[in-house]
Amino acid sequence: MASEGGSSGYIVHHLTPLTVGEGFWTLNIDTLFFSAVLGALFIWFFKSVAERVTTGVPGLAQNFAEMLIEFVDQQVKDTFHGESKLIAPLALTIFCWVLLWNTMDLLPVDLLSLIGSLMGIEYLRVVPSTDLNATFALSISVFLLIIFYSIKIKGLFGFVKEMTCTPFGPAMMPFNLLLKTVEELAKPISLALRLFGNLYAGELIFILIALLPAFVQPLLSLPWAIFHILIIVLQAFIFMVLTIVYLSMAHEDH
Amino acid sequence: MSINATLIGQMITFTLLVWFTMQYVWPPLIKALEERKKKIAEGLAAAEKGQEDIKLAEKKAAKYLKEAKVESANIITLAQKRANDAIEESKETAKLEGEKMIESAKAQIKQEMQQAKESLRKEVSSLALKAAGQILQEEVDKAKHKDIISKVSDQLR
Repeated sequence: MASEGGSSGYIVHHLTPLTVGEGFWTLNIDTLFFSAVLGALFIWFFKSVAERVTTGVPGLAQNFAEMLIEFVDQQVKDTFHGESKLIAPLALTIFCWVLLWNTMDLLPVDLLSLIGSLMGIEYLRVVPSTDLNATFALSISVFLLIIFYSIKIKGLFGFVKEMTCTPFGPAMMPFNLLLKTVEELAKPISLALRLFGNLYAGELIFILIALLPAFVQPLLSLPWAIFHILIIVLQAFIFMVLTIVYLSMAHEDH
Repeated sequence: MSINATLIGQMITFTLLVWFTMQYVWPPLIKALEERKKKIAEGLAAAEKGQEDIKLAEKKAAKYLKEAKVESANIITLAQKRANDAIEESKETAKLEGEKMIESAKAQIKQEMQQAKESLRKEVSSLALKAAGQILQEEVDKAKHKDIISKVSDQLR
């Protein structure tokens, strides 16, 4: 368990991603791989349900899928009062994908990296949401959608007007622009950092618990894991709801 | 812990996922949900209608039952009346018949009494004649004393 370099070496080892490339063009293979696998899992499940969907008595899988869909649909309907073909599927994708990412956190911290090391992979970080790249990829995509819909609904002029003339009127134009820019930029940054921070901290605690003697570990990791069940769903939910809220704000014309 | 090209890869994956969900996952499932909702609503409406129908049918049945009861009561009354009439009629005929029979019996009795009286009278008169003959020691000539005999007979009446 404890590798060369003592406990700090162990922690660093667990939090170092598997990479290829140099500089900006580095790719975190583990993040890409696991998120793609989880995305495929999500797609496979829902696609298989969608293919066999029946309006009669639903099976177990369909029931579960419908539960998720109705849950997301309700959230969208509660917050967003326009017509959009994108928002509800987007919210469903975000919720399920982030939830699956986060669920990786519940796997024993050493399990997959042990399997990886047996296969000759030195570093393996299995929880995509502990990678800033993953969380920022989501939040920047959402941010681009916010900008896109703001301009689409309000027009370019309306968007510029909102950026410069609110909240203090045209006289305070530069100040308004600064304020609004910060406000808009805060959305993706807070989205990404919130998810990343929660899951990174959670994973770190699991790693720290794994450093303790074996007979103490269950006493600590079990409560933390149970608590984490709440965290992983909550963070996925928060990400989804805030996405809906931001996009509905983008749809509102002042 | 640095932002790198993974970000771009993740964004591409995300875009593909959202596109796929939009295209192939969300519409059929939400359609199925809507259809099921409609089905359930229809079913509930049908159930409600059925209950209404049952109520209506029950009302109708109660009405028919009431009518039938009234009708049967009428029929019973009528039948009783008819029976009473028949009884009354038969009583009447019986009475008449009885009276007739009594009448004829009375007539017969009278006739028989007459006959008895007649024969008695004859007997008595012949006895009287015999008695008188014996008393007189001679034959009373019936022809001679016809007047006397008939006078006596008349007195016996």
